[in-house]
Amino acid sequence: MKRKKWPFVYVGVITVITYIPILLTVVYSFNASRISSVWEGFSLKWYGELFRDRDMGEALLNSLILAVLSCLGAVIIGVTGALGMYRKKSRLNDAMAYVSTIPIMIPEIIMGMVFLSLFSLMGLPFGMVTLVIAHTAFCIPYVYSMVKARLVGMDKALEEAARDLGASPLRVFFDVTLPLIAPAIWSGVLLAFAMSFDDVVISIFVTGPTVNTLPVKIYTKLKTGVTPEINALATLMLAAVILLLAVSALLGRKHSKRFGTKNPGRR
Amino acid sequence: MSDIILQLKDLHKAFDGTGVLRGVDLDIHRAEFITLLGSSGCGKTTTLRIIAGLEAPDRGRVLLEAQDITAMEPNKRSVNTVFQNYALFPHMNVADNVGYGLKLKKVPKAEIAERVKRMLKLVQLEDYGKRMPDQLSGGQKQRIAIARAVINEPKVLLLDEPLGALDLKLRRQMQLELKRLQKQLGITFIYITHDQEEAINMSDRIAVMNEGVLEQVGTPNEIYYHPRTSYVADFVGNANILHLDGHTVAIRTENILMDGEEFCTHEAAVEEKSFAGGQLRILFSLADGQKITASRFGIDADIQVGSRVRIGWRPEHAVAVEDGGR
Amino acid sequence: MKRKGNWLLLAPIYIFTLLFVALPILYMFLLSFLSRAEVWGVDFDFTLDNYGRILEPLYLNTFVESLKLAFLSTGLIVMIGYPYGYFMARMSDVWKRRMMLLIMIPFWTSALIRMYGWIIMFRSNGVLDRVLMGLHITEEPLKLLYTYPAVVVGMIYALLPFMILAVYSSAEKLDFTLVEAARDLGASSFMAFWTVSFKLTLPGLLSGVVLSFIPSMGLFFIADILGGNKIVLVGSVIQEQLTKGRNLPFAAALSAVLMILTSLMIRLYRKITGTKELEGFM
Repeated sequence: MKRKKWPFVYVGVITVITYIPILLTVVYSFNASRISSVWEGFSLKWYGELFRDRDMGEALLNSLILAVLSCLGAVIIGVTGALGMYRKKSRLNDAMAYVSTIPIMIPEIIMGMVFLSLFSLMGLPFGMVTLVIAHTAFCIPYVYSMVKARLVGMDKALEEAARDLGASPLRVFFDVTLPLIAPAIWSGVLLAFAMSFDDVVISIFVTGPTVNTLPVKIYTKLKTGVTPEINALATLMLAAVILLLAVSALLGRKHSKRFGTKNPGRR
Repeated sequence: MSDIILQLKDLHKAFDGTGVLRGVDLDIHRAEFITLLGSSGCGKTTTLRIIAGLEAPDRGRVLLEAQDITAMEPNKRSVNTVFQNYALFPHMNVADNVGYGLKLKKVPKAEIAERVKRMLKLVQLEDYGKRMPDQLSGGQKQRIAIARAVINEPKVLLLDEPLGALDLKLRRQMQLELKRLQKQLGITFIYITHDQEEAINMSDRIAVMNEGVLEQVGTPNEIYYHPRTSYVADFVGNANILHLDGHTVAIRTENILMDGEEFCTHEAAVEEKSFAGGQLRILFSLADGQKITASRFGIDADIQVGSRVRIGWRPEHAVAVEDGGR
Repeated sequence: MKRKGNWLLLAPIYIFTLLFVALPILYMFLLSFLSRAEVWGVDFDFTLDNYGRILEPLYLNTFVESLKLAFLSTGLIVMIGYPYGYFMARMSDVWKRRMMLLIMIPFWTSALIRMYGWIIMFRSNGVLDRVLMGLHITEEPLKLLYTYPAVVVGMIYALLPFMILAVYSSAEKLDFTLVEAARDLGASSFMAFWTVSFKLTLPGLLSGVVLSFIPSMGLFFIADILGGNKIVLVGSVIQEQLTKGRNLPFAAALSAVLMILTSLMIRLYRKITGTKELEGFM
């Protein structure tokens, strides 16, 4: 069949449109004017202002700590859960697995409401602890389902072969199971990290008066008015994402070379 | 008898209430090549998994050199398995795969390297140590899987349809190689297959299995020429099973005579002719409705479908069998 | 093989899920039947008032408006995202990887910050106004910021990647020789698409619909930032009731209704496609 041009044109046009607002924030981050629609010359002053903004730095640090802790919790709970449920199938396990995915199936606002009422009932002070619990809850499903899918796709004979060759159950886990599910854990964590780092809706409800996360901070800034500082922040975050993606692509290439596969496979 | 290395005693196993093994007893000799032959679902893989320790029997015992190992963990048994789809660790290279068992036994690194090298040479893949499993062909993976098991010098090596995924030509070649390897190493091989040809080519003894029991255990000759049950006769060498005067007899297709000579005492109608696997097969029906298949090499038989001929067999070719099985 | 100590593996997920997901959701349903205390908190007397209040025109209207907005945005997302994901699946492997990267980059930068780009765009005398007036397409600033269309654009922008990825993942599995076979059997290119490609990518499409429809009812911050105070969605009402109104039971009732709507949608999806997992969910 002959290849038509217009599908590529369509995809290209939509992609360009999605990048326009992003590029606008980058361009205007170097604008000397406070009014973002008027160009008054190149300036780095918003970056300076951003770096002097101690609240912003603190919020960034909080967000990073929060994302790391939630991912850690999600890995521990999600991986053990996936292993346990994969080894013994039961209706109760299926039901529990289903319930554990609810936090990412329903609108976030509901989870926000749920956690707010729960934590006030428990009398937990709102702050980092409540944030970590809430974020862990919606990070678990990402890790769990990635790992579970990998386990289901894994050849059971591999574990048996290791047993047969003399490995204790613990050795089997570390020598065979863990290396084989590691990519799944990693992609689950990447997703979970992104979700946690970006979350506004749930965080707003469970954060305390003294702890701000970056998205919550940005949200309040956006609500109060024009802040070109946000442009600078957006540009830096974009740069960080591109840098991370580039690094992981490079690592991925090295990895696939070592493993001798052309396509590392998406899952 | 000290010559017996492994004993299976009255093994029973059921999955979800369905009996897969219903009393399996078998003595396996030292350094013998024994094949468990049967169609899929007959219980041969379950038997193997019980020997390996990957499955526990509901009843019965497994004795290795007179020691009861029924409850022993699979990693503690000096029995190794070559899995059906090889089960090579995809994240380890060939050398690491082969050396894995030795590494677990805490053999010094230098010695592992030495023995892995020797083993790869034995399976004729000396230069493949650094390759990853997905860079190997099916036949090469097969050899690595064997090397990985054999390097541990197990007392018994279990092979679960190891040639099933290979094409016909490669399978023939690997059959000879496996036999050579077994003689060279002097290890007991317990081999599983549903392919009668493979079983006859390689085995010292064959155990024919059907619906969870052993129908007959014997040398290929015994199984082929003196089948004890109609199932064995049918499964090994496609014999005709006939009910004559209250007896059940098995007659091999190549022993059916149809040239109107001395023994041809039966009137039969030619129903079908087909050519397959270098053989012409002719299906007859006897006057009482029983069907008989005859086979000949070549395609020359000038027998027409629909014609009536006289057929028969030498009395010594009709083997009386038990009317068991299917 | 016998598995000892399996309960040890299962304990964390069971405990966490029960304690922080199952019980809290049950508590939310319980709350929705209680009444609000004088200052802050709840009184434990059973009432249906909260649900009755949802039926008041003011709140019923927000539900209707939210659903309308969700339907509108989801419809537009389907129209934009389906062809995108479908065409992407037909590209060469190299381009597939490049496109995937291009989709992931905005997805990974903060959703809020991406909304900020649209503020710059839509603001009165902002970039869009200037471009349009410069080209003499319009004479006056459109003042799009804080309008309904701005919110719709924001929703589409935030949720489009879900649709694209869902459609892409099912279109990628599609065997395109099937389309050729249909053409060979005499189908026009449209019929071939409709009877083969579309039918086989339907699970992806529906999954994309679920994945964009559900969040669109709760993303109050988009309505907030791009719609000002003019567009009030269920999400915004819940947030308001929690923060300003301090009415926990009423917020719980609103959430409960929203949750029931959501689970009905997921049920419907499962019924139509006969699958448990959402396509392209991960």
